[in-house]
Formats: sequence, C-alpha cells, structure tokens
Amino acid sequence: MNVLRSVFLRREAGIFVMIILFCATVGLYKPQFLTSQSLRIVLLLTPLIMIGAMAQMLILVARHVDLSIGSTLGFSAMVAGLMYRDFPDVWWIIGFPVAILTGAVLGLVNGLLVTIFKLPSIIVTLGTLSLYRGLTFIISDARQINRANIPTELKAMSRTSPIFDIPWIILIAFAVALMTYVVARHTQLGRQIYALGSNPDAAPLRGIDVTKVTLIVFTLSGALCGLAGILYASRWGFVNPSNTGAGFEFQVIAAVVIGGVSINGGVGTVLGTVLGVLLLGCVAAALPLLGIPGSTQNAIYGAVILIALLIDRSVRQRGVVSLSRGVA
Amino acid sequence: MTDTTVATTRELAPARPTWHLILVRPETMTFLLLIAGLVGASTLSPFFLDANYILRSFTLTAEMSIVALVLTMVVISGEIDLSPAANMALSACIFAWAQDAGVPLPLAVAVGLLAGLAMGAINAFMSIRMQLPSIIVTIGTLIFFRGIAQVIAGDRSIRVPESFIGINTVMVFGIPLPVVIFMVVALILGLVLGTTVIGRQIYQIGTNQAAALHAGINAKRIKVGLFLVLGVVSAAAGMMAASRLGSVRYDLVLGGELQMVLMAMLGGTYIFGGRGTILGTFLAAWLLVIVSTGMTVANLLPAIQLTVLGILLIVAIIATNFIYARTQR
Repeated sequence: MNVLRSVFLRREAGIFVMIILFCATVGLYKPQFLTSQSLRIVLLLTPLIMIGAMAQMLILVARHVDLSIGSTLGFSAMVAGLMYRDFPDVWWIIGFPVAILTGAVLGLVNGLLVTIFKLPSIIVTLGTLSLYRGLTFIISDARQINRANIPTELKAMSRTSPIFDIPWIILIAFAVALMTYVVARHTQLGRQIYALGSNPDAAPLRGIDVTKVTLIVFTLSGALCGLAGILYASRWGFVNPSNTGAGFEFQVIAAVVIGGVSINGGVGTVLGTVLGVLLLGCVAAALPLLGIPGSTQNAIYGAVILIALLIDRSVRQRGVVSLSRGVA
Repeated sequence: MTDTTVATTRELAPARPTWHLILVRPETMTFLLLIAGLVGASTLSPFFLDANYILRSFTLTAEMSIVALVLTMVVISGEIDLSPAANMALSACIFAWAQDAGVPLPLAVAVGLLAGLAMGAINAFMSIRMQLPSIIVTIGTLIFFRGIAQVIAGDRSIRVPESFIGINTVMVFGIPLPVVIFMVVALILGLVLGTTVIGRQIYQIGTNQAAALHAGINAKRIKVGLFLVLGVVSAAAGMMAASRLGSVRYDLVLGGELQMVLMAMLGGTYIFGGRGTILGTFLAAWLLVIVSTGMTVANLLPAIQLTVLGILLIVAIIATNFIYARTQR
C-alpha cells in the first residue's frame, strides 16, 4: 500500500495520467490520433524541446534560469550553417562539434556574467537573449541559410535511421535524456547541482565549489542548445536569423515546469521533464487534428505554465511529496 | 522639466554632503551618459541639436517609457514584472476588437483598461497571494497574454477608428502629447515615491520585507496595488501605441520587456530591490531614445541595435551593482 501510495503521489504519475486522459479524449473524437503514425508526429515534434528541457532542468535545479537558450540555439545553428555554406567540402559530421562548442561558449559567457558579477541569471540571460540574437544577424548578414546548403546526410537524420527506421534525432534526444539522468542521479556533479539549488548558502559549507558548479551547468546548457541548433538545421533544413530558436525558451520552460521541476531550485526529475515534453508534444500534435488554429498554441503554453505553477505551489504546501520528489 | 525632478529628489535624500550625494549615484552616471550620448550623436547628425527632432523620436518609445516608470516602483519593492509588453498588446487588441465589434469608443477604452487591471490582478494573485516568484510567474503571463492576443487578433491587424488615431501628432505647448503624459506621470510618481508615506514604505519593503512587516507595513497590500497600477498603466500605454500606429496586431511591442527592464536598470534601479529613483528611469528613457535614434541615423541594422541593447542591459546592472556596493553599506 505504501509503495502504491508513493507511486501515485509522485508528480510523474500525475503527468502520465494527464497524457493518457488527453490522448484518450482526443482519440474519442479523432480515432486517427491513436495510431503509430501520430505517435511518430508527436515524437518528431519533441526532440529539440526535449534537449532544451534537459538543459533548462539542470539550470532550474541549480536555482537559476536561462532565457537565452533560443538565441543560443539560433546562433549555434547559424555558425554551423555558415560553415556548410562557405566550406561545402567539410565532412558534414563536423557541424556537430562546431555547433556544440559554439553553444558551450555562449553558455559559458552567461555563467561567467552570473558568477563573476553576482548578477541574477534571469536579467543576464534576458540581456544575452537579445545580444546573441543580434550577433546571429550580424554573422549571417541577416540572410537565411537555405535548404540547398544543408548537407543531405544531415537532413536525412530527421527522417530515418538503421534502428527500426526511427529518425536519428529522436534517438539522440532520448540519449541526451538518459545521459542527463545518469549525470543528475549517479554522479557527484549531479548531486552537487541539487545541493546547490536546495540551499545555496549551505552548499559552500559542504565543500561544494559553487562557482565551478554554476559555470558547468551554464556551459552544459549552452552545449545542449548548440546540439539542438544543429538538429534544428537537420529537422527543418534551413537556418533563419530571426526565426530559428525564437520562442524556444518559452516552450522549454513550459515543458520543464509541467514536468514538476521546481522554480525554487533543488527539485526536478528527468522522467518528469520527459513526460512534460511528451505532454506538450501531444497537445501540439492534437491541435491541428481538432481543427484548432495554431495561433492558440502560445496561449495554451502560457496557461499550462501558470496552472503548473499553481499545482506546484499546492503540492509544496502539503510539503510531504515535495521532499520525496527531491530525491529521484 | 528635468530640473524640477532633480530638486525634489535632492531634498528628500538622506543627509550626506551634497557633492557626495550628487556625484556618487547611478543617476549621475545615467545623466553623464545622456550628455555623452547627445554630444556623440550630434556629431553624427546636426538633427540631434534640434529639440523637435528628439521630441518626435521620443514619441516612438513614450508608451514603454511610461510603463517603465511604474515598473521601477515594482522593482524597488522587490518584485519584477516581465509581462507589461504583452499586457500592452493584449489590452490594445481587446480594445480594438471591442470597438470593431461596435462598442462605443469610450466604453471600448474602459474595457481595455479593465482588461489591463485584470491582467495586473492575475500577476498579483499568482506572485503575492500564492507567493510564487514573480519573475517566473510573469514569464508565464507574458506568454499567456501574448498568446491570447494572438487568438483574438490572429495574423490580421485590427484598425482603430480615425478619430482615435494620432495621439503623437497632438501638440501641447509644442510638445507631443505622449511626451507630456510621460513627463506628468514621471512627476507624479516621483512625488509619490519621494515624498509620501507609501513611497517610503515601498523602499522599506524592498530593502527588507521582514523588517517592513515588523514595522507595521502591509507589504502585500502595497505590492498588490503596484501590480494593479502597472496593469492599468500598461493597458493605457497599449492604447496609446494603438493610437500612434493606427492599427493593432498581436505582436505590438514584441520583446518590449527588454527595453522596459533596461530603462529601469540604466536608471540605477537595484535589481534586488530597495534602491532606485523615478528620476533615474526618466533620464534613462531619454538616454535610450538618443542611443536608438543615434543608431538609426548612423544607419545601423536593427539587429545590431538589438545587440547594443543587450550589452547595455548587462553593463547597466554590473555598473549599478558596483556603485551600490561601493557607496552604501
């Protein structure tokens, strides 16, 4: 009974039930929603958000927030795209390390600003949000990287792979989630991130190098956004200085907050975040089927964030569950 | 205009040597930057020495500057609101949609203001009543409000009636009306913050909320009040923007939160609350106008202006934090 109870009280169970209920309801009206074809659509909508959500989860757990992820994604994708356009002979795989490194550098800049000057991360990243977006325009001369410039092999990653024909980008996204799980749950660094977010005052007293952990978290976030950037080029086949990554931070924050990551730091699980991403993906896939215009999507994201915050708050008030949630 | 506001703040600051008072303040930095900006810009183009040109440029950002003045008070009280730009868009959309549906103009304006009040109430409920961090709450409401505006307006732009268009062409003593409104609001808020009990209480709450509670200050009521005022003022600003542009789209002042926060930070408002003045934000608003029109005159791409604004924001908080760390406590 106790085991059952603790399973049901967990946030992940709640989201899982919400996903089932949502899919069942939509399936009642539109049976074609419950086919493997639409599962493929849902999964294809989510990889970028999944990777961004893993990054944002670690940042939120460390009691920070990163608003610049969309611009980081755009900038990294643009750097890789420019490389493909100007050096067409380069082996296409090189785009991955280039984008990831670019993202890591941008993330490191955020981290340095936050740690050296002791500034609130939200204002710093609000600044770098527009700074990186502006830089994207500058390096690209405000021109788009067209479909013809993106290598075919890269674009093919969004369509297929040797493993059951599941597109590579879905596999990569789940691999990132798995790695984040291992890091968060089974490494010293992961436990330090949780400790830092739970109590930033106590963390240094336990011998945690706060500056180092913060820098690593931001750099990691930037690197993951860089990976999301190259996958964006793969998924959509173009890189646009103004569209690529715009509004990405909002989708990611929505997914993470639904997933039960606390905005007060120290609480959050990879499983919850993955489920949060999948729920958002289901909603996004169901909207066109139900004939609801895409323009409502932002309003739904916003409402979902607010509701998730309120749920989070009421759960925290009861206190019991939040403590047990912090462990996993 | 500037002189009177200087005078009020100077009288009310704590007793320290006057030179110290004037020199070592973030507002002084803003003021010096403003002068430097003017000098630099006038070398780019002689237009900058023409007051009319600057006033006309100011009408483009006057709405956001008005909101930034109220936002300054919210930040001083220790909260923050990132949603006013989305609030402006949604109020303007509701207003335009109402009058498009045949509601008489004055009533439509009232509906728009009420919508702004309701949005302020949502922010206040979430961040004060439910005690959630306002920074995350207002990110949520930012997306939510802008999303609703998108639902209402879709991709089309809603026209506003001819009689409502052109607030920026109305002149009062040779000054465009939005600028006059901005100055009046700055004067009123400066007096409220600097001379009234409520003003002192706002500083007190932002400096140390626990101590403020023990001193018998109803922190919750004041913060709720600030959020409500910010909501209504944002709605009014949104409709001013509608009047200036002649039509309303959901992406009205998209990303404007950056500029509003930037104005407050450039004016020396301390991001952790308790410090800052209306005068600072007032000067910063002018500084931003000089900078952005200067960049336009110099033919810089809008994207480069975005970069400059981002850098300015980061530099402004670093400088403000530095000055406060050195001069106080």
